[in-house]
Amino acid sequence: MQDNRIRLHFSIAIFLLFIIPLCSVSAAPDGARLFAMNCAACHGDRGNGGIGIPLSLPDFLGSVTDEFLFQTIRHGRPGRIMPSFRHLSNEQIDAIVSYIRNLTPVKVNLLPEGATGDPEKGRDVFARKCARCHGPLGKGGAGTGVNFTRLHNLPIVAPGLNNPGFLAAASDRIIRTTLLRGRSKTPMLPAAKMGLTIQDVDDVVSYIRSFEKGFQQSKNSATRSIEPTLLTSSKLPFDATVEKIKRAISAQRLRIIRSHSLDDGLVPQGSENKKRQVIFFGNLHQINTLLAIDPRMGLFLPNRITIMEQSDGKVLVAAVNPLRFGQLFNNANLEYTARELHNTYSTILGEITE
Amino acid sequence: MKTGPLPRHLLSFLLLMLISLPLHADHLIMVRAHKPLAATLGQLRQAIQKQGYTVSRVDMVNIGLLGMGYTSNKYRAVFFGKAGELDELAQKYPRLVPYLPLRIAVFAEGDSTLLVTINPSTYGSFLPAEKPAELLNRWQKDIEEILSHVSR
Repeated sequence: MQDNRIRLHFSIAIFLLFIIPLCSVSAAPDGARLFAMNCAACHGDRGNGGIGIPLSLPDFLGSVTDEFLFQTIRHGRPGRIMPSFRHLSNEQIDAIVSYIRNLTPVKVNLLPEGATGDPEKGRDVFARKCARCHGPLGKGGAGTGVNFTRLHNLPIVAPGLNNPGFLAAASDRIIRTTLLRGRSKTPMLPAAKMGLTIQDVDDVVSYIRSFEKGFQQSKNSATRSIEPTLLTSSKLPFDATVEKIKRAISAQRLRIIRSHSLDDGLVPQGSENKKRQVIFFGNLHQINTLLAIDPRMGLFLPNRITIMEQSDGKVLVAAVNPLRFGQLFNNANLEYTARELHNTYSTILGEITE
Repeated sequence: MKTGPLPRHLLSFLLLMLISLPLHADHLIMVRAHKPLAATLGQLRQAIQKQGYTVSRVDMVNIGLLGMGYTSNKYRAVFFGKAGELDELAQKYPRLVPYLPLRIAVFAEGDSTLLVTINPSTYGSFLPAEKPAELLNRWQKDIEEILSHVSR
């Protein structure tokens, strides 16, 4: 009797084990819903742009393939806000691509492959005609597209061309077509209007493709593991650590904005754990500089350091590791300021380290 | 009907399967609410409370933004958590503490409002092998529910 029950329960478990994945596969993914969940915050509900580029522009949809859209969603644009959607299945991405295609139904019409260009000549043309918007090294326009850093009368922030995600997605034909035809309703003019010849265009395509050579090195540094937290053990007792940290902050010419228990506001007043203190500090210039680079940085502003006395009496001091910001926000522009901030934190924490 | 130990094993097995399902891979979750900042903040507070959390603080991040020439100064950071949970986490996972309490940045963009937060699955990558998988999954579910409520 007991054996029969065991068999029955295992049969149910095995049945469910197979049926759960089947359920998710058999239902066709809903592109509109997936777009709303994953894309609309940046690209707008109907793909009319905002933080991300306007996807519904006929000139855009007519000059990119489904493969370009698929690879862009899958790999994103490292360091350029657009994340990689690794968690989506191929079927889900295909559904999003179909949805984007239907935003403005136009036929994809790519121009033929060009002649082999000269990347050195292309570099000169790029510097004269493209660098103003796409940056001197083709890394793309500055800012995230959010209106703290950009007025909304500009249709888009120029994309980063010197980007592994872009070059993995874009074929030479796509780049050539975009250069020759331009993109109406964006600052991207057709080559002829910029005074470029067909040969100039082929040279620029070749130069843009040559960016790929530099990717291996940056890939190695990007995948380097960066500790998310600066965590150190204090050589001083709790109260002395708090005081020492405060003095170290002031010595960095940073203002202490406030200080309170970690659980402040979460537990009834008076019952906070006084042995877990957070010190908030910074200055307006630094805060606004970081917000200008990426408004989402408000999640970590002002700066904060937490001092905690653990149950074994050990005093720990913790702060976010600013070197992680570039990865976290997928924004390479944060890296310089993050390094400066990391140095500041390191100096402050160095004052109490065992 | 008598409930023996086997159904509990069956439940544990199924729970383990659910916990093992892949989490979102992006570091951030961002949604857009088609309403002004004030209305969004009101709904956000309600949604946070509905999921059983307490809003511990609403910070104004925008001090001086207009003075710096920006086009919007409507920016808040909303902190929330559960009493007790924070203390336990600080003891067991001190590496997580700088990222706690949970927080959502809320800022106006034109007539709509953007909400952004760290994807709780990211916290899993911050920790050594023994992760509070059940807790991270709950945060994930709750935050998605909160943001979905506000962006509806």
